Amino acid sequence: MTIIVKKTTQLIAGMVFMYGIYVIVHGHLTPGGGFAGGVVIAGSLILVTLAYGGDFLKLVKEEAGTTIVESLATILVITIAVSGFLFGTKIFFNNFLPKGIVGHLVSAGVLPLYNIFVGTEVAASIFIIFLSLIIFKEESQK
Amino acid sequence: MELAISIVVGFMILGALYAIHAKDLLSSVIACGIVGYSLVICFLLLRAPDLAIVQIVVDTITLIIMVAVVLDSSKEESYSKLDTRGYITAATGVLIIGILLYFFIDSIQTLDVLGKSSLRMAKHYIEGAAQKTGSANLVTGVVFDFRGYDTMGEAVVLVTAVLGVLTILRIKGKK
Repeated sequence: MTIIVKKTTQLIAGMVFMYGIYVIVHGHLTPGGGFAGGVVIAGSLILVTLAYGGDFLKLVKEEAGTTIVESLATILVITIAVSGFLFGTKIFFNNFLPKGIVGHLVSAGVLPLYNIFVGTEVAASIFIIFLSLIIFKEESQK
Repeated sequence: MELAISIVVGFMILGALYAIHAKDLLSSVIACGIVGYSLVICFLLLRAPDLAIVQIVVDTITLIIMVAVVLDSSKEESYSKLDTRGYITAATGVLIIGILLYFFIDSIQTLDVLGKSSLRMAKHYIEGAAQKTGSANLVTGVVFDFRGYDTMGEAVVLVTAVLGVLTILRIKGKK
C-alpha cells in the first residue's frame, strides 16, 4: 500500500482498538458488549494487516522455522479463544460477586468478566479466520 | 414508522434480487452489503441499538473478507444450461414454496395478535431486572444471566467454526 494509507492506519488503528476495549468494558452500562467490542478489536487488527501486508506479521519466512512459529501462534490464539469460555462455565449461573450500585463501572458482579472473556474470544476467532485466508494462500504459492 | 420500515425492506428486497442476477461477482457482494446496512436502519427504527451495533460491525468485516475472496476468484459467475436434473430441482423448489406458503398462511390465522400473549415471559424479565442482575443494560443482563446457556452455546459454535475453517483451508497437511 502507499505511504498515505500506512500513515493513516498508524494514526487510526490504536484509536479503533481503544474504542473496542471501551465497548467491552462498558458493556453492562451502555449498548454494545462482548460480541460487538470483540469484532471492533478484530477490525483494527485486520486494518493493520491489510495496510502492511502479510509479511509485516513475520508469519511466512523459511520452511522449518515458520511452521513452528505459525503453529504456535495459531495454538496461542486458539487457547485464548477456548479459555474465554472455559473460565465462564464453572460459575455460569452463580452471580457470586457483590452487585454494587446500578450504573457504576464496577458493578453487576461477574457480568463484566463474561463480557471481557467473550470479547477476547470473538476478537481472536474472527482475526484467525482472516489470518488463515492469508497464511494458507501464501503457503500454496510456494 | 411502519411506512419507513416498509420502504427500507423494499430496498432490501431489491438489493437481494440484484445480488442474485448480477453477472459481476463484486457488484453482487456490494448488493449484499445493501441488505445488511438496510437491516441496521431497520434495527435503529425499531429501537434496538445493541443489535444495530453488532450488525453494522459484523457486516463490515464480512464485506471485507468477501471482497478479498472475490478478488482471488474468477470474478464472474459461470452459467450453465438447464438439463433434466435442473428442471427436477426447480420443480421441487416451486412445490416446497407452495407447501410452506399454505402452512404459513394457516398458522398466521391461528396465532394471536403480535405482542399480546407471547410477551408474558418478557414481562418477568423487564420487571426489576436491574436489581436482580445489577446491570444497567437490560440486554447484557438477559444475555449473560437469564439466558447464560445460549451465550455459552454461541461461544462454542464460534470456536467450532474456527476449527472447521482451519481444517478445511489447510493445504500443507493434506499430503
